[in-house]
Amino acid sequence: MNKFTTLAAGLILTLASPALAEKLPKLTVYTYDSFVSDWGPGPLIEKAFEATCACDLNLVGAGDGAALLTRLQLEGERSEADIALGLDTNLTAKATATGLFARHSTNTTNLDLPIDWADDIFIPYDWGYFAFVYDNTKVTNIPNSFEALINMPDDFKIVIQDPRSSTPGLGLLLWVKQAFGERASEIWSGLSPKILTVTAGWSEAYGMFTNGEADMVLSYTTSPAYHIIAENDLTKSAAKFEEGHYMQIEVAAKLASSNQPELADKFLDFMISDKFQSIIPTTNWMYPAVIPSKGLPVGFDKLITPSKSLIINSNEAQEVRDEALAEWLTELSR
Amino acid sequence: MSIKLDNVKISHGKFSLQADFEIEKGKKIALLGPSGGGKSTLLSAIAGFKTPDSGRIFFENTDITSTPPAKRPIALLFQNHNLFPHLSVRNNIALGITTTLKLSLKEIETIDKALLRVGLDGLGNKMPSELSGGQQQRVALARCLIRKQPILCLDEPFAALGPALKKEMLDLVQEIAETTNATLLMVTHQPDDASYITDQTILIADGKAHRPITTNKLFANPPAALAKYLGN
Amino acid sequence: MAYRTKPLRPIQLIFSSSAFALLLLLTLGTVITLWLHADIGFQLLVSDWAIIKFTIFQALTSATISILIAIPAARALSRRKFKGRQVVLTLMGAPFILPTIVAILGILAVWGRSGYVSEFLQKIGNDPINIYGFYGVVLAHVFFNIPLATRLIVQGWTAIPVEQFRLAAQLGISTSGIGRHIERPMLRTVVPGAFLIIFLLCISSFAIALALGGGPKATTIELAIYQALRFDFNLAKASQLAMIQFSLCAILGSLAIFITKPINFIQGLDHEIERWDGKEIHHKIFDILVLIIVCLFLFLPLFSIIIRGAVPLFTLPALVWIAALNSIVVAVISAFLSVGMAISMSIFIIKMSYKLPIMSKAMEIISFLILASSPLVIGTGLFILTFPFISPFTIALPMTALVNAAMSLPFSLRMILPAMTNAENQYGRLADSLGMNDWARFNIAIWPRLRRPVGFSIGLAAALSMGDLGVITLFAPPDVATLPLVMYRMMSSYQLTGAAGVALLLVSLSIILFWIFDRGGRLEHKIR
Repeated sequence: MNKFTTLAAGLILTLASPALAEKLPKLTVYTYDSFVSDWGPGPLIEKAFEATCACDLNLVGAGDGAALLTRLQLEGERSEADIALGLDTNLTAKATATGLFARHSTNTTNLDLPIDWADDIFIPYDWGYFAFVYDNTKVTNIPNSFEALINMPDDFKIVIQDPRSSTPGLGLLLWVKQAFGERASEIWSGLSPKILTVTAGWSEAYGMFTNGEADMVLSYTTSPAYHIIAENDLTKSAAKFEEGHYMQIEVAAKLASSNQPELADKFLDFMISDKFQSIIPTTNWMYPAVIPSKGLPVGFDKLITPSKSLIINSNEAQEVRDEALAEWLTELSR
Repeated sequence: MSIKLDNVKISHGKFSLQADFEIEKGKKIALLGPSGGGKSTLLSAIAGFKTPDSGRIFFENTDITSTPPAKRPIALLFQNHNLFPHLSVRNNIALGITTTLKLSLKEIETIDKALLRVGLDGLGNKMPSELSGGQQQRVALARCLIRKQPILCLDEPFAALGPALKKEMLDLVQEIAETTNATLLMVTHQPDDASYITDQTILIADGKAHRPITTNKLFANPPAALAKYLGN
Repeated sequence: MAYRTKPLRPIQLIFSSSAFALLLLLTLGTVITLWLHADIGFQLLVSDWAIIKFTIFQALTSATISILIAIPAARALSRRKFKGRQVVLTLMGAPFILPTIVAILGILAVWGRSGYVSEFLQKIGNDPINIYGFYGVVLAHVFFNIPLATRLIVQGWTAIPVEQFRLAAQLGISTSGIGRHIERPMLRTVVPGAFLIIFLLCISSFAIALALGGGPKATTIELAIYQALRFDFNLAKASQLAMIQFSLCAILGSLAIFITKPINFIQGLDHEIERWDGKEIHHKIFDILVLIIVCLFLFLPLFSIIIRGAVPLFTLPALVWIAALNSIVVAVISAFLSVGMAISMSIFIIKMSYKLPIMSKAMEIISFLILASSPLVIGTGLFILTFPFISPFTIALPMTALVNAAMSLPFSLRMILPAMTNAENQYGRLADSLGMNDWARFNIAIWPRLRRPVGFSIGLAAALSMGDLGVITLFAPPDVATLPLVMYRMMSSYQLTGAAGVALLLVSLSIILFWIFDRGGRLEHKIR
């Protein structure tokens, strides 16, 4: 149905408008690409929500997490989005400042996060730790810290994401900054020769890794769970770093300009309900914000648990980001 | 005999030309005929730029049919593009002596004399772009003079010049031919040029190059093809 | 020439002045918009200067290498007679039609970390090669520009009067002498212009840097503009970079226009070769080697596209075909728009040239200004102008059509203006003396002479538009795409086999479109 609308728009080249008269109210959720892919949570979430809401849930992939925020800024108040799902706590301050988001009315007191949650606009739906993922049959000398990674031979290649368009990219940036403070530039300078390429999003980078183009990719401690559970593949592991691992808490919020505010609230409530949360571990491959009634899947116990959890307060994240980004650009541009 | 074409046939696409004649040494010959008739083609064959399909070309009893152009005893003058634009007048002429352009004092003197001869005294350092069309042709003539080849071929070199200038150039050509005792072959489509300086004329029409006939006689009693061309 | 001509009819005036106004808006207008938006002080950091340095350095390197390889290739082509010479030369003209993104895929197939060369290297015990970064960008640029450079330089060779070679043969000048006296002076006139054009093209590179750049170290100005807008929402930075880009290109472009002769797309090397030099065996071997190496370098990636794309072509998802339809519609519309503008501008310029020749020259120059603008700058400017009123994502396709039309305008104009001038000179007076009205005059006296250049221009513009990956990246929402964008997205998600299928589709459609219109222009036009 979506494709037909596209075809019509393409042929007539008119301003696209919600062309088809809908019997059901439509709720549009902007999220990141891997969420809506056939192997992500999207299809199952859509089915589950539409069964209870008497509506049409429209999931739109808009690139990677940080690109999602830019897209909403570009569209402004005319945006069709009702919900934005896929930002993380590194971006929430910036997002709040845009004024595009509205307060939620969901009860967030029963979340199972490692930290307390007190935001009245954004609601978390899952979380994880960033880590470098490698193929344990090919890499024998596993780096156990950033310093060790820097000391690897120069033909050891890693692929990372651009912090300006990708939340893992931003996460890595802040991870280095949080762990090393003033020495962050030094670390980037040491990493630079090993960086094969910087991709715009997580999927490109991960694809390069699985195709053998790179030895390590920046991803999550939970990525190997996918290979173990979905593919029965034990070859992928995450490297545990001594400095600790940076956390990512992914959130969603309602757009202030939404024309379906009640439906949006309903979705946000649904988001922290057991139905939604039980889908998350084996489709989005992250820790759920609320542990499902049946618990975490087998296989998640094989994942590494960091000795230290690093995270920057969302209010400070914006400032730190700008400084860290400037350092990153300088070091990698040499 | 200077040049002999023995049953030569040259074709160029759909067009073909037959030639079977002898030219005496020291004569001045006009190659006359309508445009597209094959005059330039014939000259190209003699100079070695076109290989005949059949037949042989002789120079003083030596078969030169397969001799490369550089080794043929011919000095050639085109309608234009005779000079290399980035070389000075002196250097352009010097190419007639040596291609390395390193000249001995004696050789420089020879060049200057040639310049004087063609009336371009003192213009040795000028570039071709600074000269008029007529002057450029004279520089080329000076080079021909220096080369002292037994055969001098001109392919309508003065067609672009006005009548007075053309007469001057034709006089010069005649002078040079006589001094160097060269056989002159001049392609033209102007009958007046032919009658001005040449002894004999080869009529080229209808795919055939006829034998050389004394110019005045030819014009006095033109064959059908020539009559048609002259419009008598 | 005091030829009294009828004054312009109002409708012609409206049409042609709109075309000019549009051009001015798209070039100077968008740059000024950007300038006005750049109010937040100087935004450029150290890393941005690094971008500018990189952009210039890679363009210099690419242009130099392209020219260095093109010269012996052009010489080999112009002095060796062999079967298929015309085919090789026509294929050399193809890059204008080949979409950059397709070329990149082909290059990766040969030179990528998992490509033919890497496989070979690994077999003999070496590491695979890594072209992400400076070397990849230069490699891709050289691949893309050798055909253009060769074509431009070959034109120099064909322009040498045949008498010069005959003279050389007569005077017994050796091959090296010919090099010294004929070929090198000719090269001195042709090479600077060719170098400038290629330099200009490499400066405004976007798709290549996007796909092969590999990170902040290898970012071009165009790519940085895209990132500032798309990733950062930093309009001020985008505008400042755009200003620098525009100034750089405007200077280079103006220089190039003054130095070079018009590019002749239509003619090939059809005349026979008349040269008597270069017969020595080492010259022959050198020429053959050069041609083989260059042909391999150019054709291997292209063959890989055909081979790898043949099978996936038949299993492409529906969204690809929808994108193909979008692309075709946009391409055809922009091509007709481009040529329509070119025709109305030509009419205007010609009429002006009788009364105010200086004005008409200025008009010609304005129409070439577009070459100095990058599509992203235009897109950014348009984006800033439209986004207060309308969401950019709804006008993605019309915007692409418009910008593509403007980008191919210089080429169309360069071919149509001379043709129309000739037609005017040769038949204009006849038509006037017969008292023909405007429509009959155009239809009978002018149009028959325009058919071929118009057909060719439409074909070329359509093919260029098909392969464009510029404005659409700024404006496109995820569910509306053109073919190159779909291809890029597939490449980014590492669906390289699928992308190969799309590449083959894209190239085939571009060629078909070009062929249809070019052929249409050549059909016999007899009014019995």
